[in-house]
Amino acid sequence: MALDTLEIQNKLQEAFGQKVNHFRTEYGVFVLEAEANSIVEILQFMKEDKTLNFHFLTDLCGVHYPENENSEQFCVVYHLHNWFTNTRIRVKTFISGTQPELPSITSLFESANWMERETYDFYGIIFTGHPNLVRILNMDEMVSFPLRKEFPMEDSGRTDKDDRFFGRTINNC
Amino acid sequence: MENVSKTKMVEAPEGIAGEGFFATRFDSVIGLARANSLWPLPFATSCCGIEFMATMASHYDLARFGSERVSFSPRQADMLLVMGTISKKMAPILRQVYEQMSEPRWVIAVGACASSGGIFDTYSVLQGIDKVIPVDVYVPGCPPRPEQIVDGVMHLQELVKNESSRRRNSDEYKELLASYNIE
Amino acid sequence: MSNIVLPAEHRYNKIIQERQNEDGSELAILNLGPTHPATHGIFQNILLMDGERIVEAEPTIGYIHRAFEKIAENRPFYQITPLTDRMNYCSSPINNMAWWMTLEKLLNIEVPKRAQYLRVIVMELARISDHIICNSILGVDTGAYTGFLYVFQYREKIYEIYEEICGARLTTNMGRIGGFERDWSPKAFEKLDAFLEEFPAVWQEFENLFTRNRIFIDRTVNVGAITAEKAMAYGFTGPNLRAAGVDYDVRVAQPYSSYEDFEFDVPVGKSGDTYDRFCVRNAEVWESLKIIRQALEKMPAGSEFTADVPAYHLPPKEDVYQDMEALIYHFKIVMGEVPVPVAEVYHPVEGGNGELGFYLITDGSRTPYRLHFRRPCFIYYQAYPEMIKGSMLSDAIVILSSLNVIAGELDA
Repeated sequence: MALDTLEIQNKLQEAFGQKVNHFRTEYGVFVLEAEANSIVEILQFMKEDKTLNFHFLTDLCGVHYPENENSEQFCVVYHLHNWFTNTRIRVKTFISGTQPELPSITSLFESANWMERETYDFYGIIFTGHPNLVRILNMDEMVSFPLRKEFPMEDSGRTDKDDRFFGRTINNC
Repeated sequence: MENVSKTKMVEAPEGIAGEGFFATRFDSVIGLARANSLWPLPFATSCCGIEFMATMASHYDLARFGSERVSFSPRQADMLLVMGTISKKMAPILRQVYEQMSEPRWVIAVGACASSGGIFDTYSVLQGIDKVIPVDVYVPGCPPRPEQIVDGVMHLQELVKNESSRRRNSDEYKELLASYNIE
Repeated sequence: MSNIVLPAEHRYNKIIQERQNEDGSELAILNLGPTHPATHGIFQNILLMDGERIVEAEPTIGYIHRAFEKIAENRPFYQITPLTDRMNYCSSPINNMAWWMTLEKLLNIEVPKRAQYLRVIVMELARISDHIICNSILGVDTGAYTGFLYVFQYREKIYEIYEEICGARLTTNMGRIGGFERDWSPKAFEKLDAFLEEFPAVWQEFENLFTRNRIFIDRTVNVGAITAEKAMAYGFTGPNLRAAGVDYDVRVAQPYSSYEDFEFDVPVGKSGDTYDRFCVRNAEVWESLKIIRQALEKMPAGSEFTADVPAYHLPPKEDVYQDMEALIYHFKIVMGEVPVPVAEVYHPVEGGNGELGFYLITDGSRTPYRLHFRRPCFIYYQAYPEMIKGSMLSDAIVILSSLNVIAGELDA
């Protein structure tokens, strides 16, 4: 039996009220925004409720919005999937830019372990309660968080490439 | 009876031949032997590694050039084939593997990523392995066709054949290694 | 010899101090990788061993981290295809097509049936080539070199077909928004037919070498088994999950590119051990051959190879030199000024290793705002330490190659 988006919305709003909001459908996927502090309860409800049954965590990633106001600069996006009714859902949470912290969901989904480490590695988002939050893809000695928008893509120390030939100037680099 | 064998024999070096003897320089003979028995250490990291597998497989067969035994132990290998992107995290390990190889040793940088960083002009990729180890032959391509890799090995064979056996003790070579901080 | 000097406060050192075996022996630390002949790709595992048995493992990855997601934020949409090639480089057309399909979903472009069927053929060929590598290398790791050399010859045939279509062997950079860059030549179809005729006998021989082989069965049955619940908790998808008994396949759950027109089975294993993974991949090759045959039979007539979207698809050069509109489109596309809406889209496909997803956030400019790759290898490799606990070192190697971890997809 198919899971209706209205049903999902009603169930979630019944259980969490204002903590889940901004419901919409984008390109066939139902999207909602959830409050950062209660994200573990919300995802646990979505996983364990018998009708919702979003038992598979497809993806977890972070996004940096430097133009937003300070309390919404980082966004962590969770993609969940219910294989039995073939329904996908996307949950977004926004967290502060100066102190990006979020509870970890490794207790719910074991696959979130490395995905949260990758998000920490790229953005510096601290997942409280994570068993081993260290860098995973970049070098351990790195201090900056490379996927933030202010971090440049190229290695600033490289000597063999002349930026003029790449059309880069101090204005557009 | 004409020679019906299709095997191309290696040409003998310059020398004086006679009944039961052949006189030539040590360097030529040693170079000849080394060039035709280069044992590779495939340091395959990414896509070029798959083209290397195709080169070692039966269609393009690198073994007929003397690279029959692929050695993963640096102590037993002659040439280090670096195939694929080397990131900054991997560079110390590449360096360690190179230092563990015993002389004479040669390095082929296979692919654009090993030669100069390739298409990955980013903070995490080493822009060419010649930043950490000295390289003898660069094979461009992304990935290079197996024929190109074989061509690279053949270029190296030319280098090896013509190398003086005193080269490794010369001041120039020592300077080269010192510039990389290799003892 | 190894540079692994674990700090004294590392938990392995603590465990070694605390635990003493009855016969007086101690646990040992062994460093497996990153350069090791049996790890296909560079990842490291620091193992805590009790003799030959593994007590614990700690994986380290990132040795080939090339920052794809950062690069993607700085490149116009057409220039991201070479990046996707280099993720799962054993089956790069699947990655290419997945990227084009993500963009077509974003831009609501309808790809014509014939182009969709051509895409299906290429993707299934890529899947066959990925499984050839995985299974033959699994054979090499158990000591059987013959299978590898034999079936690799047919991988060369697949490369020849790719060359007829797009010009490249491995990193294909195939396709455009809306379809392909040119129609396939008759030579490509000839080579495809020849492949379909010769390959089944070869694959049957390869299967015969392994599936009832006493040594292979001893090495792989009940090695690295994983239950279905554990696999789902760890985010497994693809052949590794299907070997554990769960029949989730993105081609069936969310058909894309006309997969619903084809009849194929989804092979499923029982116990999730190495032997089941091997057999599932074998069976998937047979299913892929079936799909390719059906696609060739049902191919719509004509020579349509792309959707009619001049704003996104480079116009033919003859038109560019004569037609003003085509000239403007050409200029805009090359400069990257293609009109994209501000939106977020997630598109999953069934890659060689599982659900490969592209999460794209655009902001109307010429480059994506954020492009995240949901890489199956990265997600299921987390389960590796648990899968090898208690097994012997040689089993750990066999489990690793049966998981088909591709370093490019792991680190991206």
